[in-house]
Amino acid sequence: MSTHEGAIGSGASIAQTTERFAPRSARRIFVIGGIGLILCGMILGDIFAAFILHPNANRIGENLLAATRAVAAHDPRAAGAAFQNIGGLLENRGTKVDAHSHMIGFGYIALLVALLQPYVAFSESVKKFLAKLFLLGAMLLPVGVFLIHYVGMAGSPFAAIGWASVFGDFGGFLVWVVCLCELAGLVKYFRARPAVRASDDFHSDRSWAARTLLSGGTVLVLIGFLHGSYYAGAHLFTYEAKDSELLSVMTTQAAAGDSAAALQAVADYGQLQGAKAVNVAAHAHVIEFGVLAILLAFFQPYVFLSEKWRRIWVVMLLIGSLMLPVFVLLELQWGLLAGGLADVGGLLVIVALFAMLVGIWRYTGKLDSSVGVA
Amino acid sequence: MSISRKILIFGGLGLAIWGMGYGIWYAVFIEHQTLDGLGTALATGFMRAAENRAAESAAALADAASRSFVYVRQVDAHGHWIGLGLLLLILGIAFDRVGFGQRMRTYLAAALLAGSVMFPLGVLLETWNRGTGPQAVAVIGSALVILGLSGTAWGFARRNS
Repeated sequence: MSTHEGAIGSGASIAQTTERFAPRSARRIFVIGGIGLILCGMILGDIFAAFILHPNANRIGENLLAATRAVAAHDPRAAGAAFQNIGGLLENRGTKVDAHSHMIGFGYIALLVALLQPYVAFSESVKKFLAKLFLLGAMLLPVGVFLIHYVGMAGSPFAAIGWASVFGDFGGFLVWVVCLCELAGLVKYFRARPAVRASDDFHSDRSWAARTLLSGGTVLVLIGFLHGSYYAGAHLFTYEAKDSELLSVMTTQAAAGDSAAALQAVADYGQLQGAKAVNVAAHAHVIEFGVLAILLAFFQPYVFLSEKWRRIWVVMLLIGSLMLPVFVLLELQWGLLAGGLADVGGLLVIVALFAMLVGIWRYTGKLDSSVGVA
Repeated sequence: MSISRKILIFGGLGLAIWGMGYGIWYAVFIEHQTLDGLGTALATGFMRAAENRAAESAAALADAASRSFVYVRQVDAHGHWIGLGLLLLILGIAFDRVGFGQRMRTYLAAALLAGSVMFPLGVLLETWNRGTGPQAVAVIGSALVILGLSGTAWGFARRNS
């Protein structure tokens, strides 16, 4: 079987493909923009995890230690200054996490809206405008949020919100407006009751790659839900109580001059924050990767690669999707080894996703001069 | 389009838009103030302890714990409404591949939608009432989602899917 036959073996004809997945069509803009957003978000997440997350956590611990020592030395100004630093570090961490997660989330929404395009009853030019507006908002929000820590309140007329935050919120508003418009387009389509309903190859593919991604993705989401339920039921409330208790021990023991007990409480507090972070990260990532796998199942007919390579990328994506959350969860026990293996899992997902993006990009004809592929 | 798909696609899109609207409102009017208050309460707790004002320190730390409790749940509700909305939407697109009869698929779709609305709502209600009622709403919601998801995964895996 030639590469081309393999690539469209699920039944999509070239004519259908050209019509439904034409270069610069709204659907194409959503798909390529969506996968691009997910890739950028994942790469940002990897960089954040490697270079910011751990050093930032260490600095927060050092400042908490400084605050506890200030209490022992009965120096309220030093304690306040330490918390000022912690506030800045938490803002730095929070905005990076928000930029990472919103970029990926918007990528998912873009892929979803791409799937719904045949059922959105607007002209192609309106759809393209909405697609570009969506991508503008989807980029504006994470960039704005990322910059909050650096821009601060400079030149802002508001009491608590800086300019970076204003632009970020505006980006979120644009995405929200586009989603509302797409919903209106869907309602319009179903109200019109067209004589011939749109049929779509995106929804009918039964290839091995699509089936594996669909069932594998659903299982990943289910694992994430089960883990989340277990965490909420068994740990969430106890961790919150422990959090409050340790802060209280830090202050009372330090004020009473028992430095050893206060320092132990700081160390325990750090462990507790680590336990919370790895559980939340594992829960979020396994569900996100499950959703990503299900979404990518729909686009498999248009990944213009041979069947063998499509299968390789599918398997790599699913292995990475399970590896990352499992080893994130093991980070507290295995330390750096687990962290490294989790990063490898993330890298596998990024490589597989990039390969699929290249496969979809090849469908534009930019890389292929004609129907056939060498 | 089948009823089950309509429930999931329109319910999912509606839920995602609701979650985003809530998130924008929350980010503009609540989040920054909440975080400022949380930081101030923590700092006050340590500063009062340094001044040997134990009662005031304990009160400030309790205030910080309470603010943190609320903040975590408000963010969770926002994230879970949107995440579950998107999940419903995606499953809705592929739901005809679930290898059960139409009635069973409708039950699964209804369970998924009801659970997706209830679970974050229960989490959010915990910020107003820390009794068992909101927790029960959240638990029932998450059980419905898990049930619906298990059925869907089974349906996808069936040979006639």
